[in-house]
Amino acid sequence: MTKSELIAELASANPHLRSGDIELIVSTIFDEISAALARNERVELRGFGAFTVKQREARVGRNPRTGEPVSVDEKMVPFFKAGKELRERVNIRAVRAARRS
Amino acid sequence: MSTVTRASLAEHIYTQVGLSRNESAALLEAVLDQMSAALENGDSVKISGFGTFSVRQKGRRVGRNPKTGIEVPILPRSVLIFRPSQVLKARINGMEVPAEDDAG
Repeated sequence: MTKSELIAELASANPHLRSGDIELIVSTIFDEISAALARNERVELRGFGAFTVKQREARVGRNPRTGEPVSVDEKMVPFFKAGKELRERVNIRAVRAARRS
Repeated sequence: MSTVTRASLAEHIYTQVGLSRNESAALLEAVLDQMSAALENGDSVKISGFGTFSVRQKGRRVGRNPKTGIEVPILPRSVLIFRPSQVLKARINGMEVPAEDDAG
């Protein structure tokens, strides 16, 4: 599923809204999550999951082609941890298949 | 450190789009529901400029209770992974956002 498919599905489920508005809603959500992470804040959506930012220390890496050492600056990386409910929903088929075998 | 929740995201939708507060909250929930349903079906969700959520299958393996040392089978399972896009990574590091977008 892509962002435009997500918008299309929401549009057909909400015929009273303009598709431009739905696009704006979806963009606002992801834009606001990104902005919060850029402010180093945590985004927690119970049942769905939580987005956090972790700090990676500066290190000496290597150019994999030449083997030459290169310094890598410290950086922030976004992380997502699925919430309990979503984790269980995603896993349910694997669990059922395992029980059958 | 402050935390952004459903309430603050819904408030942004309310101010940006001009729907009622109730409808803003309902639409946020609908977005999360659609994404969850796709992931539940094993589909991945690709949001350009943000990242990709996908489901990865993990095989059966033998684990060990770290306290007792007793071997326990870990059954095959599906786990959710999120790969942030280059755009999101750049934004978090306060760098110029790459023009070429991939969903990660």
